[in-house]
Amino acid sequence: MSNNTAGWETVIGLEIHAQLATQSKIFSGSATAYGANPNSQANLVDLAYPGVLPVLNQEAVRMAVKFGLAVDAAVAERSVFARKNYFYPDLPKGYQISQYELPVVGKGHLDIVLDDGTKKRIGITRAHLEEDAGKSLHEGLPKQSGIDLNRAGTPLVEIVSEPDMRSAKEAVAYLKKVHTLVRYLEICDGNMQEGSFRCDANVSVRRVGAEKFGTRAEIKNINSFRFVEKAINYEVARQIDVLEGGGKVVQETRLYDPDKGETRSMRSKEEANDYRYFPDPDLLPVELDAAFIEAVRKTLPELPDQKAARFVATLGLSEYDAGVLTSSKELAAYYEEVAKLLAGGPNLSNNTPSKDLAKLAANWVAGSLAAALNENNLEITESRIDARRFAGLLSRIVDNTISGKIAKDVFEAMWAEGKDADAIIESKGLKQITDTGAIEKAIDEVMAKNPGQLADYRSGKDKLFGFFVGQVMKATGGKANPAQLNELLKKKLAG
Amino acid sequence: MHTSTLAELARKLRAKEFSVTELTKAFLRRIEAAQPGLNAFITVTSESALAQAAASDRALAAGSAGPLTGLPLAHKDIFCTRGVRTSCGSRMLDNFVSPYDATVVEKLDASGMVTLGKTNMDEFAMGSSNETSWYGPVKNPWDLKLVPGGSSGGSAAAVAARIATIATATDTGGSIRQPASLCGVTGIKPTYGRVSRFGMIAFASSLDQGGLISQTAEDAAMVLQAMAGFDPRDSTSVDAPVPNYVAELDKPLAGLRIGLIKEFFDKGLDASVEKCIREALKVYEKLGAKLVEVKLPALPLSVPTYYVVAPAECSSNLARFDGVRYGYRAKDPKDLMDLYKRSRGEGFGAEVKRRIMTGTYVLSAGYYDAYYLKAQRVRQLINQDFKRAFGEVDVLMGPTAPDVAFSIGAKASDPIQMYLNDIYTIGANLAGVPAMSIPCGFVRDLPVGLQICGPHFAEAKLLNVAHAFQKETDWHKRIPAAFQKEVLS
Repeated sequence: MSNNTAGWETVIGLEIHAQLATQSKIFSGSATAYGANPNSQANLVDLAYPGVLPVLNQEAVRMAVKFGLAVDAAVAERSVFARKNYFYPDLPKGYQISQYELPVVGKGHLDIVLDDGTKKRIGITRAHLEEDAGKSLHEGLPKQSGIDLNRAGTPLVEIVSEPDMRSAKEAVAYLKKVHTLVRYLEICDGNMQEGSFRCDANVSVRRVGAEKFGTRAEIKNINSFRFVEKAINYEVARQIDVLEGGGKVVQETRLYDPDKGETRSMRSKEEANDYRYFPDPDLLPVELDAAFIEAVRKTLPELPDQKAARFVATLGLSEYDAGVLTSSKELAAYYEEVAKLLAGGPNLSNNTPSKDLAKLAANWVAGSLAAALNENNLEITESRIDARRFAGLLSRIVDNTISGKIAKDVFEAMWAEGKDADAIIESKGLKQITDTGAIEKAIDEVMAKNPGQLADYRSGKDKLFGFFVGQVMKATGGKANPAQLNELLKKKLAG
Repeated sequence: MHTSTLAELARKLRAKEFSVTELTKAFLRRIEAAQPGLNAFITVTSESALAQAAASDRALAAGSAGPLTGLPLAHKDIFCTRGVRTSCGSRMLDNFVSPYDATVVEKLDASGMVTLGKTNMDEFAMGSSNETSWYGPVKNPWDLKLVPGGSSGGSAAAVAARIATIATATDTGGSIRQPASLCGVTGIKPTYGRVSRFGMIAFASSLDQGGLISQTAEDAAMVLQAMAGFDPRDSTSVDAPVPNYVAELDKPLAGLRIGLIKEFFDKGLDASVEKCIREALKVYEKLGAKLVEVKLPALPLSVPTYYVVAPAECSSNLARFDGVRYGYRAKDPKDLMDLYKRSRGEGFGAEVKRRIMTGTYVLSAGYYDAYYLKAQRVRQLINQDFKRAFGEVDVLMGPTAPDVAFSIGAKASDPIQMYLNDIYTIGANLAGVPAMSIPCGFVRDLPVGLQICGPHFAEAKLLNVAHAFQKETDWHKRIPAAFQKEVLS
């Protein structure tokens, strides 16, 4: 398959389904917890018994509005639930309650950062509320299907983007941005493995410079960032192949197979259901007044972009570091706690970190700590080193107890042993030597052992200075304070 | 005791003329005797009725009884009743035992009424003659060769034959008023949203409303009091206070402005029925009311509008009957599609299928605007007509049905003729306004109903207006010859 995308432009729009973190379902009082025994969280409403009626969970509306405000969208004063009719065993009513012509959230936008550091604005067409379907289970049931309706009726917000993305990377950046945002807003747990956050990708290609969009294919239900990128790249290459071979792209729904790394056709436009949408007569239109919307606005937390901008402006971090550190609310909180504790340490009078301290903390949290978390597949909330201990480590760099190099070893020991930095420095004897006499003694010994090098240095071979630094460090087990060592060594070598 | 109204039975129980158990047994005997000829019931709940009766007797003895304690009641088989088959007149739900009670059932149980059983009805309330029931047609007590009307034909026939004193019913396009008219009893369809729809199996959600069929307006007032009110489980029920209906019954009618719907006195109306209605109106004039002719120009469009809106909603509401979780399931399905097709094909009757297909069609891509959307716009016009009319008059009156009861089978093969039987009743459903039908005379020995319609939430006014008529007349006291005797043979 073609790897050459030259001359072609990719156009991508995403439909993201985020499960709202409500306690109960969108139209019934059943719990929404994941992983319960099949059908233990399905009541008569979820089972669509004759005569039952849906009652809207206001909390779901509040969460959708929160999302709308966070993406600077128009929140509809009046939105309407509609029925999407189709038969499937995991859809007990024979229709899904969704929003169609009048969604609760209208046009909004979100900014992503491209590889070259520039920002790109992605349009959000709309976001609407709907209920999730149940699950069909086929394993272990020969010639039968099991139906688990625990998930049926779980509230979803479907976030539809404009076709504004031009590469799989942009699509992933946007998806991650939405993922970060819904977790900041605490409206979705973002768990992609459990299906709490998943997306469909609409993909098409066109000749560079063409105005009209190409025919698109919709790739359904992709549930990891990696798969989104792979699925889109596969699909783009496939469509280019088809077009370059003189063929036509068919408008259809496709499924991504992560095992084979390819997409395959599910159903064509002709086979698509006619959903016969119409307003649900069992539910009143959702009418939101300005007071409600303003009350929700007041509950908005500092959003990722706002937080990152603050980190740049007041803490002097680079845009890149600020971006990394605000990629999750918990990571940002961890970082801020470390920086504050560091600023409030024994050598400082207040807890507003200076830019140097903020930068030091940023380097360490985004560097060694992030790497360790990544390596162990842990979230920041599961870190083996809490913020207090981490600040303790950094404060030992600041007060010259250890060098940055030694600190890396201390960090690793802390991660492995779960102890304070001080305990490790103490037990391993890693404390930096700042006693002038001790350093001088080590220098004298090194000079005595290396008379040849000393003579060469004194005759003008300045480069040998590094050799002496290395030897003294070796002799002190790396613990000599580097600044002091430099100063004393210069004097002694000069004779 | 079968000839007594609910209000009279309440007095007699307190005067200890008989016990609730004796009363209940008497009605159970009448039901049993009448069933082969009338077919008004689908299920008789003798055992639980006697248990409720015993509890009512204890409550009466203890002095803890309420105004409805011990009074006999039947539920249309569209209301879910816990532990009892709730069939909706369909093979689809022949094996369905509801695990829960409808709000209406819960409320009337709590009031102490004794439920005798579940009444027969057109399948899923789709019909105007009770011929579409899986359990066979209900007969009209005035002439067993005739239909009782529908879809609440079982409830109307049961009250007319005095085998139940009052029965719940539902009205989507006339299903309370038309059978009340054809059986010579009183029927009330409250304002949309006045009575909870929770547990009432949906036909067309934006039109369905639960109500009552009774001997008198006074009886209806007593029971509606307990039935009406906001239900948090039904988002379309309205959170408005329920007035004291009984207290309003005897208000004088002097100065009442009655609007006669011009469009209803048209060529489709049987001349004798029209004469009968006009005679009844004179009673109101005598009571001091003023008759005014009003025009509701959009109203003649109500039948076509209804036959877009109602099937559209029904096609979606009935999708849940798929053979997967409850109800009828085809034997040995080959695959999923076969399970769906045969379960629904075998479980639903012809009229239900006709409406599902019509509804599916009008909602389909390319047809939605031309049918469903246009129907919704016409519905708005009809709504405005009623609003305008109620700016000029207090209540509207006219015939309930174009003619008296017709023969079983006469219209069964002509759906359009059948649909036209609801021509005068559908408007109130489309506008959501309350309406009643009360017996107002006889034509060719068959009862005629007068329809009274009021603005939203004017049930008290309607009951007051109906009660005033019933104090002046005795049409509502007439009992079909075959059911007059205490002991039926």
